[in-house]
Amino acid sequence: MNKIKFGVVVFPGSNCDHDAYYAAKKIMNQDAEFLWHKELDLKGSDVIILPGGFSYGDYLRTGAIARLSPIMEKVKEFAASGGFVIGICNGFQVLCESGLLPGVLLQNESLKFVCENTRLKIENKNSIFTNKIEQEFLTIPIAHGDGNYFADDKTIEELEKNNQIVFRYQDTNPNGSIKNIAGIINKEGNVLGMMPHPERCADTIISNGDGSAIFNSVISNLLK
Amino acid sequence: MFKVTVIVKRRPKILDPQGKAVEQGAKLLGFNNVLDTRIGKYIEFKINTDSEDDATKEVKEFCEKLLSNPIMEDYEYRLERE
Repeated sequence: MNKIKFGVVVFPGSNCDHDAYYAAKKIMNQDAEFLWHKELDLKGSDVIILPGGFSYGDYLRTGAIARLSPIMEKVKEFAASGGFVIGICNGFQVLCESGLLPGVLLQNESLKFVCENTRLKIENKNSIFTNKIEQEFLTIPIAHGDGNYFADDKTIEELEKNNQIVFRYQDTNPNGSIKNIAGIINKEGNVLGMMPHPERCADTIISNGDGSAIFNSVISNLLK
Repeated sequence: MFKVTVIVKRRPKILDPQGKAVEQGAKLLGFNNVLDTRIGKYIEFKINTDSEDDATKEVKEFCEKLLSNPIMEDYEYRLERE
């Protein structure tokens, strides 16, 4: 296998799908394809990206309707068979609503939509999403109104015990998330949800290429 | 046929920043006795069955599978025969 294929799911209201596609195809030089949410075929994707945006206008709760889209059944099967899934921002919200990740993203404590760079500490350097990253910290932008990760005490204890917390906000907590959580993986380690947007800082032409480190880690693990 | 009303509320321990902001507004208007403001959702729909048991079962499932997220919300419902 010379290239791996990223499948970028497009829900009505996704708006980071093109950035994710661009990062995978043009920056990482891999194959990429958009997958309309009504499709029932992942088209041979090696990695599925649920992109950021406002699927279904965030109606009811963020991600609550998108998780019922036909393609999500296939994404669940893919994840259950060990396939790599990355949910970014709204994608993270969809993963939580669909039960692929524990917890929920509440409204930011400040009530404000926050759009800024955040410094992330890589807490778990053994995950397939991070094990090829040399840096201890990555600077990756966030842009969300509902990024305040919450789960009950027992779930948080399990996340800590199983090393499922992959990224934490380092300097300030922008949204009130419990334990400064910015990104988590499932117990099996093949599904990542994160609020920051690595696809928005994968191209060094915009002066920060830190996001490419996460893509690179996934690609290296699949190509080895 | 039943008319159904559902109220979805954040669980007591979950922070409700909207409720907090509204309460600040209340204080600014001089409503100094207003306390513990919480904002939830009101949903209404109809259930097309004559059996109250079936309607109840369906409403509960609907609430649990879609209208509320049990991690952060509780729900209440009321059925009214039409």
